[in-house]
Amino acid sequence: MKDPDSFLLPRIDRWPARLDLLQSASGLFLGLFMWLHMLFVSSILLGNDAMWAVARFFEGYFFFGSPLPWLVSAFVATVFALFVTHAWLALRKFPTHWGQHMAYLRLMRAMHHEDTILWFAQVITGFAMFFLAPVHLYLMLTHPELIGPYESADRVWSGRMWPLYLVLLFLVELHGGIGLYRLAVKWGDFKDAIAARRRLKRLKWSLTVFFLVLGLTTLAAYLKLGMEHAPRVGEPYVPTWQRAAS
Amino acid sequence: MTASRTLTFHVFRHNPRDPDSVPGVRDYQVEEAPGMTLFIALTRIREEFDPGLSFDFVCRAGVCGSCAMLINGRPGLACRSLTGELPADISLFPLPGFELIADLSVNTGKWMRAMSERLQAWVHAAGEVNLNEIEIAMDPELAESIYELDRCIECGCCVAACGSAQMRPDFVGAVGLNKLARFRLDPRDDRSDAEYYQLIGDDSGIFGCMSLLGCQDVCPKELSLQTQIAFMRRAMARQGL
Repeated sequence: MKDPDSFLLPRIDRWPARLDLLQSASGLFLGLFMWLHMLFVSSILLGNDAMWAVARFFEGYFFFGSPLPWLVSAFVATVFALFVTHAWLALRKFPTHWGQHMAYLRLMRAMHHEDTILWFAQVITGFAMFFLAPVHLYLMLTHPELIGPYESADRVWSGRMWPLYLVLLFLVELHGGIGLYRLAVKWGDFKDAIAARRRLKRLKWSLTVFFLVLGLTTLAAYLKLGMEHAPRVGEPYVPTWQRAAS
Repeated sequence: MTASRTLTFHVFRHNPRDPDSVPGVRDYQVEEAPGMTLFIALTRIREEFDPGLSFDFVCRAGVCGSCAMLINGRPGLACRSLTGELPADISLFPLPGFELIADLSVNTGKWMRAMSERLQAWVHAAGEVNLNEIEIAMDPELAESIYELDRCIECGCCVAACGSAQMRPDFVGAVGLNKLARFRLDPRDDRSDAEYYQLIGDDSGIFGCMSLLGCQDVCPKELSLQTQIAFMRRAMARQGL
């Protein structure tokens, strides 16, 4: 028998579900994109020509015969919008007043529980990215043509962007790695949830270490190239084969 | 077994109903005995040093859920915690997030009742149930999986270990979400997902869970809370589409 006191509204507010899905979906996209982004950027380790080809590829050079940097701008604008959306949605979960900060810190200090600590690491890295990520995003939005071996290396060294990129590397890899792990345990349907979580945690840390090492090596490569290219700063890179042809 | 250890207990003491009581920590030293649980140690403290010490126990076997407390900062049942598995310094605090009765005793019952009423955690049948009729037989496997979730003893450990619940006192906690997962399984409960959504489809319900899984890691009954919460989240998220 239905409880006579039970009172159910005829319509449900679907938005909390949609916002939760949107937070997860935007996080999934941004997290995976940042891993791919790292792989593309690290093409410099294969040589200047390889990096040039990757940069031109995303400008449609190999489809249209000439680079269309606005394609990159359009993609950056999409990423920027998703970043803002994700940040706005994540704010719902942030501790907002002092009492909440204290309650969480007390729990974290007392429990020594890894996932509880990792969430707070996400809060800190996420908060830092509110301010640091837009600097890079704005540059890419307004100067998409300045992606290339010399162009990027000049930005890193002569443009003094390397401290920002160094910090962003750690913020992104920690935040994204933890976030993707949490998405899996949040939504995943596992036969053996405990074993799956242990494996996911191991995978998460391995990927984080891999991308941090790759990122640091890549940044070092751009720094070296940028220092060497400093006397001719601003000169665009011409691939080897085009030089031979001219 | 290190039976020769002397254990030092740092126990929270405060009686909110006594206007002269000041919250503080009192230390007690107890000789460890083989197979000693925190229940045995606390009983000894009360008998030998401090008859005024308040703590709750009923079953002493991890069934009633009344002896949950913070053991070195981690929620757990005192009757199921062997001192042999703990360091010689043991701090005992009442579970946070619940009304303090005195010392280590908290009113989890009040919290659980309010949560159960809010979530309407009982079977809702659409029609009149004839109690004189024999119940419709249930598939044994289904009965088993309902029973599995019914093993929850409402000790409050999951609430005390939950970052969301500690920051937002209106969050229903893993205990509440597990309850609804249990009724959703039950064929005698005729509520639809839209009706469950009315109860937990917001940030004080399923979408307030941030998947820190403290609940899963401290649950003394080892309930599959990660699985149940993910299951309810998928079901409730479908309502938003």
